[in-house]
Amino acid sequence: MSSNDQKDIDEVTGTDTTGHDWDGIKELNNPLPRWWLWSLYLTIIWAVGYTIAYPAWPMVSSATAGVLGYSTRAEVAQDIARFEDANGEILAQLASADLNVLNENPELLRFANSAGVAVFRNNCSQCHGSGAAGALGYPNLLDDDWLWGGDFENIEYTVRHGIRNEEDWDARYSEMTAYDEIFSNEEVDQVVQYVRLISGQEHDAGMAEAGTELFLNNCSACHGDEGMGNYDLGAPNLTDAIWLYGGDLESLEETVRYARFGVMPPWGERLSEAQIKAVTAYVHQLGGGE
Amino acid sequence: MSDTPNSPAKGFLAKHALLERSPTLLLVSTLLVVSIGGIVEIAPLFYLEGTIEEVEGVRPYSPLELAGRDIYIREGCYTCHSQMIRPMRDEVERYGHYSLAAESMYDHPFQWGSKRTGPDLARVGGKYSDAWHLDHLIAPRSVVPESIMPGYAYLLNTQVNAEHTADLVSTHRFVGVPYTEEMVEVAAADVLAQGDPDTDAYDDLLERYPGAQIRNFDDAPGVSEMDALIAYLQMLGTTVDFSTFTPAASR
Repeated sequence: MSSNDQKDIDEVTGTDTTGHDWDGIKELNNPLPRWWLWSLYLTIIWAVGYTIAYPAWPMVSSATAGVLGYSTRAEVAQDIARFEDANGEILAQLASADLNVLNENPELLRFANSAGVAVFRNNCSQCHGSGAAGALGYPNLLDDDWLWGGDFENIEYTVRHGIRNEEDWDARYSEMTAYDEIFSNEEVDQVVQYVRLISGQEHDAGMAEAGTELFLNNCSACHGDEGMGNYDLGAPNLTDAIWLYGGDLESLEETVRYARFGVMPPWGERLSEAQIKAVTAYVHQLGGGE
Repeated sequence: MSDTPNSPAKGFLAKHALLERSPTLLLVSTLLVVSIGGIVEIAPLFYLEGTIEEVEGVRPYSPLELAGRDIYIREGCYTCHSQMIRPMRDEVERYGHYSLAAESMYDHPFQWGSKRTGPDLARVGGKYSDAWHLDHLIAPRSVVPESIMPGYAYLLNTQVNAEHTADLVSTHRFVGVPYTEEMVEVAAADVLAQGDPDTDAYDDLLERYPGAQIRNFDDAPGVSEMDALIAYLQMLGTTVDFSTFTPAASR
């Protein structure tokens, strides 16, 4: 250590040293680069100005608002309003559009479809699949087999109110009877075979024959005498090859015994009018719109 | 230590040599400086009225939701899912109204998170059906083929144990959640009642926890951990009625 009142100049560089000495190795005491030092002072001045300009200092009951009047919430509201204004005209047009004649307005149709696909991917794809092909228990929207109807009015109603949910009193509702305790085991098998028959699958002709009357007495009220289904009750068509829960023996038996109760949430509160119309138009044009 | 003419440190500033030579003094001084930062930045949040704005509808978690929340934490859901919709247009467009501080005021600890491998869950409540949550938790790729989420089918195997529910609720009460004495007393019954739509306690439960959803969430007998987790997910972000909410300009 050098003494406090004496300079300790490094011989090679001619620079002052800090006086720290580790086994003969000394530390040069170069002054901080001027640009660095002034940058530091500048950031301190900037920080003071920043806290005056923007919300910062905590006071007694709230923090200072800042002279620029910046607000995160106002900014996001402005940001949303900017896009709503930019699309305002076409959104209003879409919100009040009669979807049945949407084809006559190609510009609106294009807008509805691209807005609809965005709404669909964000909200609907988790159940119905990103390509709308559905999954076991979640309807495929690409085909023309509809449970509750596939025209614009019906699709819009389903989107708005959902199906069998507890949130919306106007939700579509129906409840299949569980026949586990009503039918004997034999009767369950017979009805299953009958459904296999009318859906054109491999079946036991004798049992199907025996199931005919059971079907007419129990199932036809909703599924129709021919098993063609009923939109008003969300009763599926049993004569086609499209199955929501499976058309194999095991799945059919489970359906007959314990029934099914598919739920769809309502979207009327979550989506805007224009968004509901857009997603309706999108789903309608996927392939099966009526 | 030399005080040299070409060093900018003179007089008072040169005294830093004192700190450098005494570790204890350095430690104490460091703590002092850091605590000033803490007092200025953190302390006001406890007394400023604007920190948590008053919002109608936010209520403490029901016992079953609380149990589900514990499972959410236990399974580490927060490592991939955030629960905080930031005030930005893209987030609001995708997830709904930005989150309010009040919406997590009864969270100990909060589940805001900072990383999204999966989507934000702050408003997932009511967005999907119970059946979807069940299918998705059992085998995520059965409904979302693109998903990389692991399956949680084993939650069905464990029934919710009501033995410690009262302790859980009273612990939350201890840290400031306004559960009443009554709520703690009947917590063990409530935790099971919420998973049974035919429960006798239906109305009482709704009175204690307005808007609580009372269903058999997993479509299986008993109240399993799956019931608890789905009950929790289905209430997330549903308590505030945003049609009656006017945001303060700045906070």
